[in-house]
Amino acid sequence: MRRTIAILLQNPLSLLGVTLVTIVVLSAIFADFIVPFPDHKGAVVDFANFNKAPEWPYIFGTDLVGRDMFSRIVYAYRISLILGIVVLAIAVPIGVTVGLVAGYLGGWTEYALMRVTDVFLSVPPLVLAMSIMGVLEPTLLNGMMAVTAMWWPWYTRLVYNITRAEKEEGYVLAAEVIGASKLHVIFREILPNCVPAIITKMTLDLGFVIIIASSLSFLGLGVQPPTPDLGSMVADGAKYLPDSWWLTVFPGLAILAAVFGFNLVGDALREILGADQ
Amino acid sequence: MSPVVRLLAHRLGMSLIVLVGVSMLIFAIARIIPGDPARIALGPNATPEQVENLRQALHLDQSIVVQYGFFVADLLRGDLGVSLYTNRPVIADIAQFLPATLELVLAAGIMMIGIGLPLGIISARYRGRWPDNLVRLVSLLGVSAPSFVWAVILMLLFAFFLPIFPIAGRISDIYSIEAVTGFLLIDTLIAGNVAAFGDAAWHIVLPAFALAVSGIGQAARLTRANMVETYDKPYIEMARSYGFPDRRIANRFAFRPSLIPALTIIGLDFAAMLGNAFLVEAVFAWPGLSRYGVAVILRKDLNAIVGTVLIISATFLIMNIIVDLLIAFINPRIRHSQRPA
Amino acid sequence: MSVATLDIRDLYLSFRGYVGTVEVLHGISLHIDRGERVALVGESGSGKSVTARIVLGLLQELRSAHVSGELLFEGTDLTTLSAAARHDLRGTKMSMIFQDPTSSLNPVYTIATQFHEVQKRALPTLGAAESRAMAAKMLGDVSITEPDRVLDSYPFQLSGGMNQRVMIAMALANEPSLLIADEPGTALDVTVQAQTLTLMHDLVAEHETSVLFISHNLGVVREFADRVYVIYKGRIVEKGRTQALFGNPGHPYTRALMAAVPKITGGGVADVEEASEAFAEPMVDHDRQAVA
Repeated sequence: MRRTIAILLQNPLSLLGVTLVTIVVLSAIFADFIVPFPDHKGAVVDFANFNKAPEWPYIFGTDLVGRDMFSRIVYAYRISLILGIVVLAIAVPIGVTVGLVAGYLGGWTEYALMRVTDVFLSVPPLVLAMSIMGVLEPTLLNGMMAVTAMWWPWYTRLVYNITRAEKEEGYVLAAEVIGASKLHVIFREILPNCVPAIITKMTLDLGFVIIIASSLSFLGLGVQPPTPDLGSMVADGAKYLPDSWWLTVFPGLAILAAVFGFNLVGDALREILGADQ
Repeated sequence: MSPVVRLLAHRLGMSLIVLVGVSMLIFAIARIIPGDPARIALGPNATPEQVENLRQALHLDQSIVVQYGFFVADLLRGDLGVSLYTNRPVIADIAQFLPATLELVLAAGIMMIGIGLPLGIISARYRGRWPDNLVRLVSLLGVSAPSFVWAVILMLLFAFFLPIFPIAGRISDIYSIEAVTGFLLIDTLIAGNVAAFGDAAWHIVLPAFALAVSGIGQAARLTRANMVETYDKPYIEMARSYGFPDRRIANRFAFRPSLIPALTIIGLDFAAMLGNAFLVEAVFAWPGLSRYGVAVILRKDLNAIVGTVLIISATFLIMNIIVDLLIAFINPRIRHSQRPA
Repeated sequence: MSVATLDIRDLYLSFRGYVGTVEVLHGISLHIDRGERVALVGESGSGKSVTARIVLGLLQELRSAHVSGELLFEGTDLTTLSAAARHDLRGTKMSMIFQDPTSSLNPVYTIATQFHEVQKRALPTLGAAESRAMAAKMLGDVSITEPDRVLDSYPFQLSGGMNQRVMIAMALANEPSLLIADEPGTALDVTVQAQTLTLMHDLVAEHETSVLFISHNLGVVREFADRVYVIYKGRIVEKGRTQALFGNPGHPYTRALMAAVPKITGGGVADVEEASEAFAEPMVDHDRQAVA
């Protein structure tokens, strides 16, 4: 662990990644203390200062009802991160368990589970989430459900492949010979070998969840106003291009910076943990 | 039976099973909808009798299994029902909007392959040196933003700031082209109107590129990763020992074996563009499935939602089959059954 | 007397790494006359494979490698040649045979295609039909009875022994003056290896090709080589004509190598268990002893 961190901090690119992730996470946690206008996360109207180009104290400008873009972006990070963490916290255990069971048990269980997984994987991810959101009311909670529903199969696929390779390994056979239960073999013997790959994928996925969630809200199918969201900010601002460029450019770059950070860290982890699939 | 035909048959069979699964999944999702679709369709002024009649007509009064049975029976006749939003057959709506989306996705796919693979090759060939570092940085940036962000940035830079490309649409208003295939790039050529073809091609560049950016990054990263692995293989050292130029070793001896594992995932990404096309279409006012899809979702237009998702999934599966066949074509192990001499 | 095909004088090699510089070769001298088969024998890590790669000019392309000494190939010093000129020699004037034939052939091209590529190194304008005819004849020379079927096959469709013959034919296709064989056929089973080595022996004799034969297998070396160099930790410890050296091994390391029991598995690889101080003794030169 200490070695991993040391290597992370040595390479300039992964250092940049760690820095970006740290800034995003800290600003999301301490948003109330950082932003100049904490109340602008809600339905505040300040027509005296609406649609202003960046100028002090509005370093990213103001939106069409006069709210500080910088404050709203920082709060949007908070929502994106919560969404990402919740989605992964639900999707990963489900996906991993299904993958382990399908890979280890084989036979009809494997066939049935993997075909169900295939079904989920054969709808373009965004389209699946969209159709779920279309049926449900567009709220943060439903957004999480929709993204979770499309996310778990990717972990099933990943863990399934590792499990199939690992179950022929000596240590698994040894455990079986001494009569270990299936549960023991699956969760105590095989699962630990999947962990590096899972952690790497989770780091990369935190970025992708942000992308998918912002895509949903960009289409108006995600988080609803007045809750700040990077995707809907870009969508709202796109109508006022190119004159009010700050309405789209800053939220867009905010997505890019956060996801880029997670990807840099994920890439570095993949190299360090040797978790190439 | 040749191995390729066997593979095709197998893939088609699997896809059919998956498609049935998708139809059940999406049907189930659509039926857990809160609220009465018949009531929504008829509006608040409808009488209870009218609502009840529509419910019966739509089989909404029966169990979900029966409803699914009716749905499949209709589907087999090529009938996806009537959109409650446009009051037209869903299949007609999709037929009208899908070609524009497909045209955009195909153009982006060509860019993804045409730019992403060469970038990956360069990266692997100059591993550890500046071209590699540059490509890795750029491709990682490419996959780090949703396509609507790239769409907005590209539009700002190359349509507003440097007015090189048109801001929106598929073709300038001055041209009126008869729709034959629905693909403007083909229809303009059928009409023999070269100027219109050029205009349509000019219109598609920015949206397609915005859609392709993350695919290009993904393709470059995958190609590089697989080629770096291939470079350690004995047959590359053998090629070096024969003094083949570096460029030939990269483009011919290392690239093709590396392409086989990369292509599967590149194919998935290519197909995923069908979803992301929604985002780009929204920015560039591209008259594809996006506006229709979002509109029917917001209106809870069941038939249209189910139909749209099914058609997109079927297209996605067809694309995957094409990719599998491509892989079979470049991978002699699949094309020829193994028979050691 | 004609000029030696290969004359290595005082070759040093070191690698710059994170921990400092590692010396791999400490002044190796070795020569091969025209048509001569010379073996370089040693354990893995002794420096025999890197010597082969230096002759081909492959190691010099690594930025971490530092090479010094003279490398005379048919009288021309390779170290003074430009990278491009060195490049031109590979595949035309010198070629190499690798350890594992099946994984050394490209998996996605047919044998015919790979032959054509190799032939174009010497004859850039050679057409496919002519290439095929020539390749079929060469495959006949390595006792392949169905050249057409082999030419249309991919490496994975052929047996290891068959691929080995293909590789030998390919390596000799452009009539190189020097053939480097790096542990040829070690990945094959012993009888197949013996067959292909006999084939190779006869072919290089016929074409008067000089061979640098790199091996750790003393049995194979005894059959194949005219002269032998024994290498230990980057130094030549003994050299001489095969019979002289095997008949009367002078250096403690050579004696240890011969005494080590070849294992059945691994193609008769003899491993010397322990390093002895005696292995650092000066070189034993059988040619000089004969004169004295």
